[in-house]
Amino acid sequence: MSHKVIIPIGPYHPLQEEPEFFQLYDEGEKVVDIDIIIGYNHRGIEKLSESKHFDQVAFLVERICGICSSSHPYAYVLAVEDILGGEAAVVPERAVYIRTVVDELQRIHSHLLWLGLAGHFIGYNTVWMWAWKYREPVLDLFEMVTGNRNNYAMLKIGGVRRDIKDEDIPVIKKTLDELVPAVRMFEGAVMDDPVIRARLEGVGILTREQAIDYSVVGPTARASGLDMDVRRDDPYGAYARLDWNIIVEKTGDIFAKTVIRIREMQESIRIIRQCLDKLPPGAIDADVKDIPPGEGIGRVEAPRGECFHYIKSDGTNRPVRHKIRAPSYMNVASNKVAVIGGTLSDATITLAAVDPCYCCTERVAVMRRDTGKKVMNGWDLIKLSQEKTARLKGGGA
Amino acid sequence: MDFRLKALTKSIWVFHVSAGSCNNCDIEILDCLTPRFDVERFGIQLVGSVRHADALLVTGAMNKKSIPRLKKIYEQAPKPCVVVACGICAVSQNMFRDSYSMGDPLDKIIPVDVYIPGCPPKPEAIISGIVKLVKKIRGA
Amino acid sequence: MDIRDQIKEKLGKKIMQWHEHSSRRVYLSVSRQDIFGVAECLFKQVALRFATASAVQIPSGFEIVYHFSHDAGGTIYSVRVLLEGTEPPAVDSITPVCSAAEWIEREIWEMLGINFINHPNLKRLLLAEDWPDGNYPLRKKQD
Repeated sequence: MSHKVIIPIGPYHPLQEEPEFFQLYDEGEKVVDIDIIIGYNHRGIEKLSESKHFDQVAFLVERICGICSSSHPYAYVLAVEDILGGEAAVVPERAVYIRTVVDELQRIHSHLLWLGLAGHFIGYNTVWMWAWKYREPVLDLFEMVTGNRNNYAMLKIGGVRRDIKDEDIPVIKKTLDELVPAVRMFEGAVMDDPVIRARLEGVGILTREQAIDYSVVGPTARASGLDMDVRRDDPYGAYARLDWNIIVEKTGDIFAKTVIRIREMQESIRIIRQCLDKLPPGAIDADVKDIPPGEGIGRVEAPRGECFHYIKSDGTNRPVRHKIRAPSYMNVASNKVAVIGGTLSDATITLAAVDPCYCCTERVAVMRRDTGKKVMNGWDLIKLSQEKTARLKGGGA
Repeated sequence: MDFRLKALTKSIWVFHVSAGSCNNCDIEILDCLTPRFDVERFGIQLVGSVRHADALLVTGAMNKKSIPRLKKIYEQAPKPCVVVACGICAVSQNMFRDSYSMGDPLDKIIPVDVYIPGCPPKPEAIISGIVKLVKKIRGA
Repeated sequence: MDIRDQIKEKLGKKIMQWHEHSSRRVYLSVSRQDIFGVAECLFKQVALRFATASAVQIPSGFEIVYHFSHDAGGTIYSVRVLLEGTEPPAVDSITPVCSAAEWIEREIWEMLGINFINHPNLKRLLLAEDWPDGNYPLRKKQD
């Protein structure tokens, strides 16, 4: 009879907006239960938001997550603009297109980041290094367009803070052109590699029913066959006027999530190109003075899924209530069903597959349930995962 | 100059603690390891256990739930151990200072050797901060 | 049948107020006793997706707004429940019909002290372990 072991993962990990603490309960190789404990990163942003001026809140929500640092302020300004009558009614055309460009650049950089770390977890450090190498030019674009590599401070109520200069447009296009073969290479590498397929196919499956029950969003939902994308369903920005596709897969495993993210990068490149071609002249912001009393909801398709902001205003210069729901809030909870039943060596990649965070797993420790003695740590767990890949490679798969 | 401290300045092994950060500093730290900056050339690498670490790299605004863990990690670190506060949150708690879930700032919890401000600091700034620390320890 | 008519027909008299802020934002009020049935109907029968819930303290008590999303139509249906005159405020948990609500109900419970009856796992989610009981950060300070 195999030993029952408890594996705590976490509590806080360097890479993620919501540090989680996972406790895996194992019997031998098999994961039988999981506890998810969060709160190590709770900063009380919703409460802080109630003490700030509407304009200041945009900077605050930008710092919810460093990777989605355009999605949260975007959802926030959409919520406020919803009170004012909607984005289309308030924001000038040019600003709408600029918002879309920034949002999509962010998606590319976020998906590359995920791809790299996913590669690291299954023992392909080359993928990590390459993906992050191609991510750098995207960050350079951000630095050129917004002035900072992360935390762009682009969004404000009624428009954007900085314009995209005409001389920047060819530079952006050139960088995107250079990115296309890289993304294609990644797609080929993932689709054709039998070892990656063996590691990812059929692993960490979230069925369609489970996806509905846990109300997951974004690539996690689309991998389980749910055809949803806020960009199309509840259009904001310029998406309704552009030609692009939503990628949906049926299988719900990690392979599907990987494929979706890679193909979404290609779609993002298409979207940005169209935006730059269509970029209309004109003002980049509207003068918004007072926020009337009322309620507004803003939704944005962040790289990880639907980002939801709810604002209640009483007519003063501060929100009365600001509810923020990040996509991982829904997705991480679904780990509960995705991990159980899988093996220990697949646990790291399964937990990482919803794109919550990766380095949490760097602090995993495996404990014997009977003695509570630590027998493994996070790096051993990653090593276990990497060894499995090596085994598959050696097995002539 | 402490001989043992001086010995730390070659091939620094870094343990990274995120105590309520937004992730930006964390990804910029990882960025330092990737091809463009590649600090692994100098033997600098992130390690999985604080017991192997020469330096503690702390990011984040010191959330109450994570402070006890941070203290524990610092206790476990082999001494001497240098502490680097990376990002404005770790330096001065940034805009989260007034929040109910924030504790003391980092330098009131454990001694800090280097402050790297920025939101987030660019990889160049992080590297420059480490270089300054190394120079200071070597007495150059 | 149009999704709006479907909701109106299924919920019937349970809807105390129906307000369309815009074509994609619908707010409806129901009573506290009905929320479990309403959530079950919207989530299971109409097959809306549970987006989140937000709670706020208002002068007369508390207000919880459950946001359901109809993805195909891009519309958010926000169901408002008023909790007045009871301390501690309490409402039926909707987690038994909708697993997705587990975390948000725990969060509201610890942030505002609203009790969710029949919640399977009502314990702290975000705050520190040594956070004092009875201190709810999102409640307004009494001046």
